[in-house]
Amino acid sequence: MSLVGKNALVTGGSRGIGKAIALELSKNGINVAISYINNKEKAEEVVYEIEKNGVKGMAVKANISKEEDVLNMAKDIDAEMGPIDILVNNAGITKDNLIIRMKTKEWDDVIETNLKGTYLCTKSFVKGMMKKRYGKIINIASIVGITGNFGQGNYSASKAGVIGFTKSMAKELASRGINVNAVAPGFIRTDMTEILKDDIRDSLVKSIPMGRIGKPEDIANIVVFLASEKSDYITGQVINVDGGMVM
Amino acid sequence: MTNFERVKNIIINTLEIDEVASITMGTSIMDDLDADSLDAVEVMMALEDEFDIEIPDEDAEIFKNIGDIVRYIEEKIN
Repeated sequence: MSLVGKNALVTGGSRGIGKAIALELSKNGINVAISYINNKEKAEEVVYEIEKNGVKGMAVKANISKEEDVLNMAKDIDAEMGPIDILVNNAGITKDNLIIRMKTKEWDDVIETNLKGTYLCTKSFVKGMMKKRYGKIINIASIVGITGNFGQGNYSASKAGVIGFTKSMAKELASRGINVNAVAPGFIRTDMTEILKDDIRDSLVKSIPMGRIGKPEDIANIVVFLASEKSDYITGQVINVDGGMVM
Repeated sequence: MTNFERVKNIIINTLEIDEVASITMGTSIMDDLDADSLDAVEVMMALEDEFDIEIPDEDAEIFKNIGDIVRYIEEKIN
């Protein structure tokens, strides 16, 4: 496999979808760095699991919405692992509220992590990819960035922003051998969806043609594909992984 | 090698061109060498590495030709 020996960064890789992506990449021979914001122990557990697959792993504490953190993270990764070939902009948060009740801080926090964080990380690592004329950038969006969602004005706006950003970057960077795509998960079993009330979960499941909630591994599989040479002719696309929820 | 030659080599390598003789101090990267804006940024990045300097975007915007670049770099490194 041509992925062996490549370097990847998965932001927000200590749990949920990010963790599944980090582990799946490492199973394919890729060295994986993850960023985390709070839980050092969990991040280190993921690194341990990454390294069990015979590749290099590392965890960096960084708030990706802060430029200084991102620059420091880039320096640390470059020193310890070398240039990044595959960037997975996965870190994201929700602070759901109805617009009538939404605090500006809730709006700002979500936009800054999900959208500005994606911009800052892309900017930090794209230079190295341009020099090598090679790179794979995979942004984790969400189907609510396409459909909108009750109570998620901030989150859906941030994810729609990520989709627009993905397409612009695909156009800017295509001539430099860099593919930029987005994956839009539907309803996936993670801490983020675990907090939903039972009745909301039940009605959500009813809206999924496949009638079941997705697994983080369902997202990880498509990310590995988008990181590989098998997707070399695909760029600027949003791939929904949602059991058929959005068509 | 003169600074002009170093700059010229960087441009030739970055843009992967072979018309070496036609490049002079009066050559414009974008107008004469068919570079797009992304090419121009890459030339600046490569020059930063070659001369170990920083070229802020605001400075790069005013370069009209290779002579401007060479003079700017000479001012920075001296």
